[in-house]
Amino acid sequence: MQRSNLIAATAVIGILVFWEITCRVLQIPDFILPAPAQILTVSISKMDILLPHAGVTLLEIQIGILLSLSVAVPLAMLMFRRPAVEKALAPFLIASQAVPVFAIAPLLVVWLGYGLTSKVLMAAIIIFFPITVNLLEGFKSCRREYRILFQLMGAGFFKTMRLLYWPWALPHFFAGLKVGVSVATIGAVIGEWVGAQKGLGYLMIQSNARLRVDMVFAAILWLSLMGVGLWILVGFMERKFIHWQ
Amino acid sequence: MLKISNLNKHFADLRVFEQFNLAVPSCGFTVLIGPSGCGKSTLFDVLMGAVPKDRGKFYWQNESVANLASKAAYMQQNDLLLPWFSLLDNALLPARIVGSNLTKANDKALDLFRRLKLNGFESYHPQEVSGGMRQRCALVRTLMFEHDLVLLDEPLSALDAITRRSLQSLLLLLQVEFHKTILMITHDIEEALLLADELVVLTHRPMSIREKLVLEIPKPRQMSDPRLVAIKDQVIQQLEKELNNAAF
Repeated sequence: MQRSNLIAATAVIGILVFWEITCRVLQIPDFILPAPAQILTVSISKMDILLPHAGVTLLEIQIGILLSLSVAVPLAMLMFRRPAVEKALAPFLIASQAVPVFAIAPLLVVWLGYGLTSKVLMAAIIIFFPITVNLLEGFKSCRREYRILFQLMGAGFFKTMRLLYWPWALPHFFAGLKVGVSVATIGAVIGEWVGAQKGLGYLMIQSNARLRVDMVFAAILWLSLMGVGLWILVGFMERKFIHWQ
Repeated sequence: MLKISNLNKHFADLRVFEQFNLAVPSCGFTVLIGPSGCGKSTLFDVLMGAVPKDRGKFYWQNESVANLASKAAYMQQNDLLLPWFSLLDNALLPARIVGSNLTKANDKALDLFRRLKLNGFESYHPQEVSGGMRQRCALVRTLMFEHDLVLLDEPLSALDAITRRSLQSLLLLLQVEFHKTILMITHDIEEALLLADELVVLTHRPMSIREKLVLEIPKPRQMSDPRLVAIKDQVIQQLEKELNNAAF
């Protein structure tokens, strides 16, 4: 563990040093490729600009995750309970994955406006699939002997769900949620690119247009940190809820 | 008394049972022993309704029943304890599902924990204790079912020899103290001889009764008992013949 951390840290620092030296030696202008030190300086010194935008994006992602969960969890339970529903919905679910979110983003903005709603929906759509599919697979992975045991005890569907299927599926659910939170930022940012007045995606587009490439990179850095933060939060919840592993 | 009458079950071309009959006397300990793959576990699946039967009837206390799902407790090789519950919560699962009085069930479970020397481990999780303790907890859970009939499907075969010996005496508790009617499957001839009132030697598929031995030797028994040694040789011979039949 220690050693792998060391390797990862060395690799990251190596790339950053190489990047920094290249920028300085070749005297690459800031509006083409800013050096890491410059990006870090902007990320911190322009916090008064970055923070409100980051807050908006984070809010979009969080509501998007909650919205997605509130549909995905009951839907996964329904599809598990009624395989006919799963068969009927599977083509639509897969088709929804095949459609690039970039293609629906402009439509959502037209329908739902420049505000929060369209970005929330974008984030929700992009994480819906991994959460639903992972949870459903988690339910299905429950071993037959356990199902029979519950059947023999005379447990109904909801009792079995609460006492057996749901705890059984929790590791799968969190695996899906981890994928979900790390891609949720993509949904929100694309939504902001297409049309918004706030958010890190909006800030990127604005800064790019003004050749403030260092600000674009600073926004990317903040976005990455948010993604990592959400990942760590989900990991923490995972360890808390799955105490038996 | 449990009666199985004219049971038939085919899986495509595989004839598992054809006109299979068996009677298990009340409060008796009946053990089924047979060559592996003869359909013993399928018999339990069919009895519990996990697999549908083709034809035949089951009678429990002279009443015809479709299956024994709500009549019998079932314990198998795998302890099937839930890792997210403590040992006590695992034992309370049948009571919780049926919705019976939890305080009463709790008292009963605690008493059983003491009897089976699991006291002090109530709040432990299954993955924190040994295989023998897990299986004892599974036995407590089996006893928590308010059923008079208990089906045991090789309940001790996953344990090491020493743990198995100590748990065999606990299986006797089911009969002696709790007056359950027991039907057990095992591959372990000595285990069968130590526990059985009636030992049923089965044939290869389609499964039928090759021989039924009534053991009137008081329990607890010792394997060194010359009467058991004699019966053991007899059973081994029978099983070897069955294995040879199956090979041809």
